[in-house]
Amino acid sequence: MAHSSGRSLAASLLLIALASVLPMVLQPYGIYLLSLWAVYTIAAIGLNLTLGFAGQMSLAHAAFVGIGAYCTALLGAHGVPFPATLLAATLLAYGVGWCVGYPALRVQGHYLAFVTLAFTTLVFLVLRNEAWLTGGIAGISNIARPRLFATPTAYLRLCLAALLAVSLAVWWLLRSPWGRAFIALRENPIRAMSLGVDVRRYTLLAFAIGAALGGIAGAFYAPLVQYIEPSPFALGFSINLLMMVVIGGAGYFLGPFLGALIAVLLPEWLRFLHDVYLAFYALAVILLLLVCPTGLLGLSERLLAQRGGRPAERADA
Amino acid sequence: MTPLLQAHDLRRHFGGVQAVNGISVTVNAGEILGVIGPNGSGKSTLFNCLLGQIAPSGGQVLLDGRDVTGWRPCDLNRLGVSRTFQLLQVFPQLSVLENLILAGQEHVGSRIGRLFGPRDAGLTASAERMLARFRLQPLAHARAGGLSYGQQKLLDIAMAFMAGPRLVLLDEPAGGVNLTMLGGLRDLLRAMNEEQGATFVVIEHNMDFVMSLSHRVICIAEGRIIADGPPAEVREDARVIESYLGT
Ligand SMILES: Nc1ncnc2c1ncn2[C@@H]1O[C@H](COP(=O)(O)OP(=O)(O)OP(=O)(O)O)[C@@H](O)[C@H]1O
Ligand SMILES: [Mg+2]
Repeated sequence: MAHSSGRSLAASLLLIALASVLPMVLQPYGIYLLSLWAVYTIAAIGLNLTLGFAGQMSLAHAAFVGIGAYCTALLGAHGVPFPATLLAATLLAYGVGWCVGYPALRVQGHYLAFVTLAFTTLVFLVLRNEAWLTGGIAGISNIARPRLFATPTAYLRLCLAALLAVSLAVWWLLRSPWGRAFIALRENPIRAMSLGVDVRRYTLLAFAIGAALGGIAGAFYAPLVQYIEPSPFALGFSINLLMMVVIGGAGYFLGPFLGALIAVLLPEWLRFLHDVYLAFYALAVILLLLVCPTGLLGLSERLLAQRGGRPAERADA
Repeated sequence: MTPLLQAHDLRRHFGGVQAVNGISVTVNAGEILGVIGPNGSGKSTLFNCLLGQIAPSGGQVLLDGRDVTGWRPCDLNRLGVSRTFQLLQVFPQLSVLENLILAGQEHVGSRIGRLFGPRDAGLTASAERMLARFRLQPLAHARAGGLSYGQQKLLDIAMAFMAGPRLVLLDEPAGGVNLTMLGGLRDLLRAMNEEQGATFVVIEHNMDFVMSLSHRVICIAEGRIIADGPPAEVREDARVIESYLGT
């Protein structure tokens, strides 16, 4: 029983493989959406680690993605090659995430949501107001892609390769004793502490690693859209990421893959609804969570169990 | 020889309630110390103060003669001190085996080493031995949350032993355990004590259980120790009978 069983890894690899052959039949806009899916999935995997597995509420993830994106765009503008900007974005987000984890040592739940919300707002204000560094509301344009991956299809493959690497690494992490410690943190920190689990350290690690994945997502996002400004990294995106995790199924390895897919596709499918689209989207989410608070994967698990199938793809560790 | 654990004038109040009101006690290596006393007399709070779960308002805790007052539970655990809680505390989402591995893993190697090492931190074999001791083998892969209360209670206790601790504090291990299991549990704890030299402090309301298990018993009332001695003596103590055993 693990939310990160071998089968969920296989399913995620299948999705990535499928996405890498799809460009053959897709228009450029479809290729862009698929790349966006890969980037969102990486960010949502990060939040799922922090929130779904380690149980730490966070509305800070948009800020981590923003930090990664701006780091990449700014360094790239100075001619720093992409691998180096990627590394810098990852490390910077890791360090900032570690610091954002400190409040979680004191407050939990709703209070932690407020603290991390404030952090996202703070980062947004810095991005908007410190124009000398970030370009302010005018943003940064002409963000270059790595030369070998300049075409949309090649860049999509690069994003998918990153998603593949992230998936394998996080899968390994979740199945290691660290993953078990994260789940212990979520389920019962007091008991975990009495068993020698350094709850402080693991809380900070859960934030830092989740943030680093956000930073990686940002590093791939900036060259994908080639123009960034502060608004995509505001609180709304944190909530969007939260919805991806919750809709897919928090604490399920496969959850972010599905959640990000819905977050990318649903707005496209519902485009014909124009202005009422957001209301419809919200309604769909509310309905899903009423029917199944554990998200799509929780729902499928329940249906399988009812049909007498093997109950627990929700396998921890 | 330095005692394994000592408390000096330990105190803890909650608002106006003096839950622990100046307790000094010594636990020697190899001993089984029983702790009895009426509800709300401060037994669990004493455990929490000894183990850093809550900070004492005053007094001192020494482990091997070293001042460990205010240390974090996880650091004390790594020094070989382990415990159970009055209320069941297993990880319901994890399997029985995973619960036991979790209980031992933080004692294996370094944190980074564990990340890149085997999934089970090399503990499956010892977890299985522990399961056998507690007669839980058939349940190894069952979700802990699906076990009966008594089985979860056994798992809870087994977890406290996974890291091979020198000192184990058990808060009402017999609570809610049926009569047949009770005898088995007593024999098990005795065997752990005799074979591995593990030291126990056991809070218990079940008099037959605690009196037959312990080498020495203390009785706590209103945050103070009112009796300390061999089980038979404490049982006959006038103050103990008056404030606790009563009827
Ligand atoms: N966290 C807390 N906040 C406030 N008061 C508390 C807290 N923990 C314990 N107390 C109070 O301290 C006193 C001692 O409680 P404690 O749990 O230590 O008793 P106990 O001897 O373990 O009782 P029992 O046999 O019922 O388990 C009680 O009056 C209790 O209400
Ligand atoms: Mg108690």
